[in-house]
Amino acid sequence: MRVGFLLGGSGGRDRTDITNIFQLFHTVIHEIRKDPLPKIKRNMNHRWTVLKEGMAAAWPICLGYAPIGLAFAVLAHNAGLTPWEIGLMSLFVYAGSAQFIAVSMIGSGSAVIPIILTTFTVNLRHLLMSSSLAVYLQRLGVGRLSLYAYGVTDESFALNMARFQDKDRDWDWRRALALNQTANLAWIVSTIIGGYGGQFIPAGDGDTLRQGVPIDYALPAMFICLLVFQIRGGLYVLVAILSGLLAVAFSLLFPGNAYIVMASVTAATLGVILRKGCGKGRKRPEES
Amino acid sequence: MKTDYLLLVLGMGIVTYLPRWVPLIFLSRRRLPEWLRQWLDFIPAAVLSALILPALATTGEPRHLTVFQPALLVSIPTLIFAWKTRSLAGTVIIGMALFWVAGRFFS
Repeated sequence: MRVGFLLGGSGGRDRTDITNIFQLFHTVIHEIRKDPLPKIKRNMNHRWTVLKEGMAAAWPICLGYAPIGLAFAVLAHNAGLTPWEIGLMSLFVYAGSAQFIAVSMIGSGSAVIPIILTTFTVNLRHLLMSSSLAVYLQRLGVGRLSLYAYGVTDESFALNMARFQDKDRDWDWRRALALNQTANLAWIVSTIIGGYGGQFIPAGDGDTLRQGVPIDYALPAMFICLLVFQIRGGLYVLVAILSGLLAVAFSLLFPGNAYIVMASVTAATLGVILRKGCGKGRKRPEES
Repeated sequence: MKTDYLLLVLGMGIVTYLPRWVPLIFLSRRRLPEWLRQWLDFIPAAVLSALILPALATTGEPRHLTVFQPALLVSIPTLIFAWKTRSLAGTVIIGMALFWVAGRFFS
């Protein structure tokens, strides 16, 4: 069953010439209706085509960032930050969970250095994500890589990885960059709006999902689907299950979020060992 | 805006940016050994699983296990839907709908 079934038929593909904004909206609808997107034959590398494909693909992240950004801003507001101070942090740091922790530390009167050190440890997990993305960003200059690095988050990593691996899509660093920056903009804007209107918004704490509030489940559902996309064989199932169970165990044993790195490094290493042990002579797709 | 705050945000920005930047610069410009390619190939599945499961199955500070609650239970049909349809949009919509429905039952 395709989503087109849920959201009405296809069609409307030929009304793309009104304005650019309409085109972008159109691409988002197209994304939602028909996923995966069929290859666009004409003007595939036209600047606007690339931009709007990248931006449209960011919709699940934008949807999920809105409530989290608002919730963050409410906490930041309560910790005494002005909307522009909140926006500045979202622009410079751009890392959800680290910003939540930083704001709660500011609220309790912590010094600058402990906050920076905590931010560092909380965001170390991006080492793994950037390493994994590097495989798909070969032959780019330092400038472009540096630009790209700014937008690496849990969400953009997961989404771009699925796109890069999908052989049916023409996903490249420019589309990925457009996706990153769209998500980035959604985050910054939602935190600034929350900073202004925070007192009127019923906010969660950003960590626990509010019972029965659908939008809070947008990112978990996205992650679940992108995890499914990563499963390309029995060994991947094993690695995923092992990593999840280890992560739960480590998260109960240790404070902070080191459990993410600990569990995934252990599980991926075991995956390599198991592949070496049982998969001799099997050729991997990347080698061909 | 206080200088202290500006310094804090700058410092946080730098320590966040570096782990995002270093691997891209050092790994994307050289031929990686086969074992490392394989390892990196497992990382997305491992990281995503390690991000999701604790987020759905634990709450509180200090964290404790909460198994029979909507977020985790809803993830099972959501995962099956994703598996069957391979549709990101459909999964997000179904997941949100199920979470809403589950909220009615559990409250």
